[in-house]
Amino acid sequence: MPGLWVAFERMLDRAFGPAANPLRNLGALGFLLFWVLAASGIYLYVRFDTSIEGAYASIQHLSRAEWYLGGVLRSVHRYAADAFVVVTLAHLAREWAAGRFRRFRAFSWISGVPLVWLLYASGIVGCWLVWDQRALFSALATAQWLDVLGLGAEPMTRNFVGVGSVGNRLFSLFVFLHVGLPLALLAGMWVHVQRLGRPRTAPSRALALGMLAMLLAAALASPVQSAAPADPTHLPAMLELDWFVLFAHPLMYATSPGALWVLVGVATVALIALPRFARGAAPVTAQVSRADCNGCGRCVADCPYQAVLLGPRSDGRRGWQVEVLAKRCAACGICAGACPSSTPFRSVRELVSGIDLPDLKVHDLRRRLAQALARLAGRPSVLVFACAQAARSDGLAGPGSAVVGLRCLGMLPPSFVEYALRRGAGGVLLLGCREGECAYRLGTDLTVARLAGAREPHLRANVPRSRVRVATCGAGEEAQAAAELVQLRRALAREPDNAHA
Amino acid sequence: MKRAPRLVAQVALYVPLMALLGYLSTRPQFSVIAPDEALLRLSFIHAAHRAHACRSRSAAELAKLPPNMRAPLDCPRARVPLRVELQLDDRVVLEREVTAAGLRHDGEATVYFRTAVPAGRHLIAVRMGDRPGGGFNYTRTATLDLAAGSALVIDFDPAKGGFVFRS
Repeated sequence: MPGLWVAFERMLDRAFGPAANPLRNLGALGFLLFWVLAASGIYLYVRFDTSIEGAYASIQHLSRAEWYLGGVLRSVHRYAADAFVVVTLAHLAREWAAGRFRRFRAFSWISGVPLVWLLYASGIVGCWLVWDQRALFSALATAQWLDVLGLGAEPMTRNFVGVGSVGNRLFSLFVFLHVGLPLALLAGMWVHVQRLGRPRTAPSRALALGMLAMLLAAALASPVQSAAPADPTHLPAMLELDWFVLFAHPLMYATSPGALWVLVGVATVALIALPRFARGAAPVTAQVSRADCNGCGRCVADCPYQAVLLGPRSDGRRGWQVEVLAKRCAACGICAGACPSSTPFRSVRELVSGIDLPDLKVHDLRRRLAQALARLAGRPSVLVFACAQAARSDGLAGPGSAVVGLRCLGMLPPSFVEYALRRGAGGVLLLGCREGECAYRLGTDLTVARLAGAREPHLRANVPRSRVRVATCGAGEEAQAAAELVQLRRALAREPDNAHA
Repeated sequence: MKRAPRLVAQVALYVPLMALLGYLSTRPQFSVIAPDEALLRLSFIHAAHRAHACRSRSAAELAKLPPNMRAPLDCPRARVPLRVELQLDDRVVLEREVTAAGLRHDGEATVYFRTAVPAGRHLIAVRMGDRPGGGFNYTRTATLDLAAGSALVIDFDPAKGGFVFRS
């Protein structure tokens, strides 16, 4: 991700905190805005006259006579739609900048592209329901654009130029579309998150309240007003357009309907094709050892990309077995960290986990841990488990400290922490990605939950928590990581029974 | 950061977003046409005559056909393209041949054209030819006062004798 963007996100972290940082929660904000639109839209629909003659008057009545509720909700509805567009485009740009369209992210990326179409279609049709001059302009421009395709017996344009009037049946179709398209959008959003483990579809309370307060403030400060009633024989010299939703109309009139189709078509195809042209090197895939897997399903629950599935055993024995879908696997190792058989205390020469990374096995991790422990000298000594995606850990190794690198902090089984402490480490520092920046989405969160005993496999209760510290430092925050190490060593030095090696 | 400064910082970041939403939801205003202009739209649908006349089938030809297809006339389906011309004062602003819809070009031809014109008095002439052989067989000419901001629609209705000006 570009450094400027990262710096801006981190700046917002200081004001909002990572959990309430809008830029780190754009997807969740999209869901929130959808529900705001649904709730406000239901009220507006109840009070809306769906006839072509009554639509404008009913909206005017809501906006003026009942401004304190209907008017405010109308404005909130509009601004929520605008914010939804902003959030969606920012989400798309952020994921693109972070390269989250490759391999195991391709499904989420591709399934997100039609959502942009549905979002705009929902918004544009929504503008028509007011049936003012702006609505007529938008309906006519849309009809002109669609007529290029030559679909239908009669050009749609003729419905809006005054030669045939817009009847109640056509207007009912608008209403139907403004209900149906958002429902399709919701279904698409559901599909969009299907390949994510524990998707965040609800923002934190602080962020939700902040966003709602902002929408309400905007609605009160600048209430949305209708233009003059739709009249095909008269054109307003100036039209107050909602540029978030209706920007394509001026673009079409500045070019041509065909040019707009080409532009939209090329953009859509390019977005869908992006994962195909950016495949990169084939990743390794987590592998299952049937003999060591008891089918507990912890790896299934923890996989951030739904790459591990649980099914009946294929060897004739009773119970369950897991299966890894190679295309979805990110090779982060979180599944190995969740496996109960990944404990270094097992007295076997070759430590084989139920599920493991072929290029970074749990056995190798135990061997590297043993080597690191052997290097530890001085008191208090600290063993650092460092995520390769977090702040660089080279500088943390030195007298009294040794580093064991991980692909993701979540690939560390908690029993390794206990193992390190029992085999001579005075303390253990777990260095993970900065909150909200986890390269594999859930690595740091799962580790924290496992250490706290809130998630299996948990760190045993008899392990002194004062000797374990989790530091979340992103790339470039090496100084902070070093400071975390110093703080842990100071805390260890203060312990009364400091007998750590 | 402490709670109060954080809240202030959050408000300071929400306000520009709120201002952006408020501004771009109505501004900058879009000008459909200039303030001193009117809009002229030509919009109609019409099926032109067939490109080739029907031909009577001979008895031998009919005998070769399956019994259920022995129509006495052979009528090629294709229609001639519509020829359309729109003249504003002494200037031809539209001159177009519109192909009939359909794979066999046997459907209706549709015309939609819009142009902004300066408000005021104009001579407007519209012509259309829908028969083989060229030429225009429908013409309507009128001198109209077009007010600024008005929209004139020229439609075609054979039942009313041809072109209809609606404003």
